Amino acid sequence: MTTITAPTHPPISTRSGTGFMWAARDTIAMTWRNLTVLRRVPQLLVFALVQPLIFVFMFRYVFGGAIPSGAEGLPYVDYLMPGIFVQTVTFGAINTAVGLAEDKNKGLLERLKSLPMARSAVLGGRVLADTSRNVFVVTMMLFVGFLVGFNTHTNPFKVAAGVGLMVLFGFAICWIFALIGLSVANGEAAQAAAFPILAPLTFASNAFVPTETMPDWLRWWAERQPLSITVRGVRALMLGTEPMDYVWGSIAWSLAITVVLAPLAVRRFRNS
Amino acid sequence: MTETAIVADDLRKTFDEVVAVDHISLAVPRGSVLGLLGANGAGKTTMVRMLTTVLKVDSGRGIVNGFDVQQQPQAVRRSIGLAGQYAAVDENLTGHENLTLVGRLNHMAKAAARQRADELLDQFNLTDAGNRPVRTYSGGMRRRLDLGAALVSRPPVLFLDEPTTGLDPASRLDLWAVIETLVADGTTVLLTTQYLEEADRLADNIVVIDGGLVVAEGTAKQLKARLGDTVIEFEFHAPSDASHAAEALGGTVAAGTVVRLVMSEGPATLRDAMNRLDAAELTPSHVALREPTLDDVFLTLTGNSGANS
Repeated sequence: MTTITAPTHPPISTRSGTGFMWAARDTIAMTWRNLTVLRRVPQLLVFALVQPLIFVFMFRYVFGGAIPSGAEGLPYVDYLMPGIFVQTVTFGAINTAVGLAEDKNKGLLERLKSLPMARSAVLGGRVLADTSRNVFVVTMMLFVGFLVGFNTHTNPFKVAAGVGLMVLFGFAICWIFALIGLSVANGEAAQAAAFPILAPLTFASNAFVPTETMPDWLRWWAERQPLSITVRGVRALMLGTEPMDYVWGSIAWSLAITVVLAPLAVRRFRNS
Repeated sequence: MTETAIVADDLRKTFDEVVAVDHISLAVPRGSVLGLLGANGAGKTTMVRMLTTVLKVDSGRGIVNGFDVQQQPQAVRRSIGLAGQYAAVDENLTGHENLTLVGRLNHMAKAAARQRADELLDQFNLTDAGNRPVRTYSGGMRRRLDLGAALVSRPPVLFLDEPTTGLDPASRLDLWAVIETLVADGTTVLLTTQYLEEADRLADNIVVIDGGLVVAEGTAKQLKARLGDTVIEFEFHAPSDASHAAEALGGTVAAGTVVRLVMSEGPATLRDAMNRLDAAELTPSHVALREPTLDDVFLTLTGNSGANS
């Protein structure tokens, strides 16, 4: 028979509060940690910008002359840039997978699991940090777009809403990659696992070229998948060339992906 | 009636058909140090992960600081500190930032978390390095910081999973001294190790596990006494001579050319052994008589000596 006695040390004073309040505070602490890492290793941000810059160069100047734009009288650069923006936030989600896989590999997740913190905060902090990073990168890309001749055809509020729409989509995609990051052994494996998911989303889409010339089976996918719908939603907000339905369609997709994938990722974290 | 800070009652964990922890029970009295001893893959880390709520328990029960690891995981987490073999600190944060983050995640107020970080940096001789990113730290400094992170909330129960694996001898001595200070202050420690010297020095009680099962337990002294009081080692020039001698003597070959015998009546057995070696026309190059170490206990109990009898 064992008896239970009080700890010999006075426990360090901790403050009380509701579960939700702590989950929010833990998430902020973890977001701060992930953003501090980003500040300490600025190469991460530089590389995040290099990849979309290469795509801008390639499609604007190499292939661009040969590609017709989707709408009458619209320069190709205007058609292209929303595609580049959405592709950028989508690729940004790789960071979520790599970050979590590395934290797992280095034993950091184990330490965090032994702390009395909210389980959801580890993933929430990761996704929020990567979303903040997406806001920064997309803002930079918007200026790059203006430099290479991109023009918006609506008002500043709609352009800002367009940025919001793609950042929301990036947020949703981060949850898919959180699940991947927790399921692989390390950062390199996460990177390798990411491409087979990113390729059909970004390239089999209307991000760079109109879908009219694609074979029927590919066109079927390219017109219905969430990235294409988001690109059309951004074009609706920034160019006014598409119906606003696509904005709502994109929001619905982003919410649906988040609602399904976020609990799955948190469950994966709890059980791993 | 005993005060028990950690209880494992028939804990079990399997990973995809592989049994990591079969049936392990143990109890750690408050204020004492338990050394969980075993080779790689014996189940030490799995035990620690279950008792620290990091890993789900398949069956059995774990009680830490009076709280059930499955029913009251948050209460357990508020009672423990965990330092592992991987030095789980963030390389890109400074030492101070790492400790403050752990304090915040332990739900300490910001000022209190900062103050505690200062205290720990001072206690672990890291004050000068406190504002440098951890990636600039040496292995020993990281391990000290990791231990510091486990102590942020002043936990009454501390889990140390191979705390000195991979450290140089000086850093190891350093860390041992720190652990001894904590124990002197009344902290209960469960320490896993594959270094018998470490268990011998730090642990009040030792549990030896192998293949997910307890194979022996007791104090270092009791475990050594179980074996007999004398170890005789014969060294030969050639490994083939050593294996022939092991056959003739019924001993085990340790380290290639050394044959080890453990017994309770040293001198008489020595005479008998020399006679047998004579009969087999084997001449040892070196003979040593000594008291058993925990190494001998471990090798005998787990049969990890490449036994050759």
